[in-house]
Amino acid sequence: MTSTNQIRMPAGGASASPAGPGGAGRASARRAETRRKWYEIIGLTTPAVIIYVMFVLVPMGFAVYYSLFRWRGVGPPTEFVGLRNYTLAFQDPIFLDALRNNAIIVFGSLLIQGPIALGVALLLNRRFRGRAVFRLLVFVPYVLAEVTVGIMWKLLLTGDGTVDALLRSLGLGGLVRPWLADLDLVIWTLLAVLTWKYVGFAIILLLAGLSNVPDELTEAAAIDGASWWQIQRHVTIPLLGPTIRIWMFLSMIGSLQIFDMIWVTSVPAVRSLGASATMATYMVDNGFFARLWGYGNAVAVILFAISFVAALLFQRFLLRRDIEGAITGRAK
Amino acid sequence: MTMAVNSVRSPSTGRRQASWGTPLTYALALAVAAVSIAPVIYVVIGGFRTTPQIVANPAGLPDPFVFDNYARVLTQSNFWQQAFNSAVIALGTTLAVVVLGLAAAFVLARYSFRGREGLYTFFTLGLLFPAGAAILPLYLMLRDLDLINSYYAVILPQVAFSLPLTIVILRPFLSAIPRELEDAAAIDGASRLGFLWRVAMPLSRPALVTVGVLAFVASWNSFLLPLLVLSDVNLHTLPLGVQNFSSQYTTDTAGVLAFTSLAMLPALLFFTLAEKQIVGGLQGAVKG
Repeated sequence: MTSTNQIRMPAGGASASPAGPGGAGRASARRAETRRKWYEIIGLTTPAVIIYVMFVLVPMGFAVYYSLFRWRGVGPPTEFVGLRNYTLAFQDPIFLDALRNNAIIVFGSLLIQGPIALGVALLLNRRFRGRAVFRLLVFVPYVLAEVTVGIMWKLLLTGDGTVDALLRSLGLGGLVRPWLADLDLVIWTLLAVLTWKYVGFAIILLLAGLSNVPDELTEAAAIDGASWWQIQRHVTIPLLGPTIRIWMFLSMIGSLQIFDMIWVTSVPAVRSLGASATMATYMVDNGFFARLWGYGNAVAVILFAISFVAALLFQRFLLRRDIEGAITGRAK
Repeated sequence: MTMAVNSVRSPSTGRRQASWGTPLTYALALAVAAVSIAPVIYVVIGGFRTTPQIVANPAGLPDPFVFDNYARVLTQSNFWQQAFNSAVIALGTTLAVVVLGLAAAFVLARYSFRGREGLYTFFTLGLLFPAGAAILPLYLMLRDLDLINSYYAVILPQVAFSLPLTIVILRPFLSAIPRELEDAAAIDGASRLGFLWRVAMPLSRPALVTVGVLAFVASWNSFLLPLLVLSDVNLHTLPLGVQNFSSQYTTDTAGVLAFTSLAMLPALLFFTLAEKQIVGGLQGAVKG
């Protein structure tokens, strides 16, 4: 940062400015102060702006451009095909399967993780000895890399893995399935693993939100004779509204771009049949590994557009009050 | 369940004393904890078994304990090289995110100027961009910049994609610092930058730790970007290493379990140390 040399200079606005207290001196001191303020603003924000524009916005712009070409990634793109990459994607049954799988993951995550996380968060918000240890244990799956979790569950679920052995020893041998190889089942297996991994994140957020609920409110309700459940139902949960909506938003965006877990757990054959493909794995399979760069970029743009529209709709109808300023730009 | 009613408020600290919960509370909490960590424990313990033991009895305990798998991973695989690469990339990312994010959030929180809210919206728009969607053009760009197979190819995009959340978390923290403190610092002869360095930064340490931990964990765990931009095996990070090892030694189940456990360890340790900070820092962010 170039502005560090200014740190030791006295504040321009203070009356100790070298120009003295005279009228003209004060005006020029104010001008110098304004100029310095702008130097600071530019100096402090420019590095972040440059890196953000260069590695977030510019690539998205290029994705739109490349998506209009049939291009193998060698030399500049020349074979302009307009929107054909997009129509091709929507005609490919595997891409449509990927869309369906993403929808299953988005809605499945919200509907399954939400209630579980709320229950566990309310439970772990009660004051009891050893609570901190339980909180820590519940977060463990969330901290682990998706790849590590994926490999771990792959070992537990494939072949005649540990899960199957466990089911047999419980006398539930009839439930044994090829969890990750059955084309109809695999996406639901993966949804279960994703739930196991990410429910901890919802719990962290909800616990953070719960700690903002003033004790006075719940105590007042308790004094009025409300039961524990009545307090949760009528006082605590309504106050969690903003936290729940922010979690839903983050979960939705995360589910739309899910990649790592699917990539390492599902056999490429299963994935390429569409049984477990997501938009992101489809994009990388086609764009990167099959070197269909134009087509891959079209899929990237579709993925981006779906996320963007979903985020805007969500923000418009549900989130507006909660992060006013965060996305609408208005200050709180 | 009358726990909230029974607990006593100790007047001196304002904090209620923890009581022993009901047996039902413990039963539920234990069940939840077991579901969360049983698979992890299974993997760690499985690393102490031999593959024939696992095949014969998948759900059994090690009998006898063998340390060979762990020893093999630590001495014969690229584990240390990959851990080093992960550490360099994660530390570089974290440092850059915290420094750049703090500088930008400070301006957005404490300077009033035309276009401030516009600039903030501009950064927060990044929350709507799924990082994964930009990966193909990002690869092409890094290839043209000749950055493929370098630490920068991972660090720079990760910094860029972490900035929006960092700024959203840091800004309210910096805004909340009372105006009086800034005036007092000015009277003591500190410029606004002196205020940033000597007052704002120490005061917002919890939020800085939170964004730092989030950036570190995200970077440590990232897979897709390194998968595409680090084809050089010597630059591979741990998540790539886990995947390579597991596909290379498919029949060596015990070895894969040991490698997976070792790869989990740093993140677990790190998170255990920083958990309080993360939850504390998020409290400011989810207030809405």
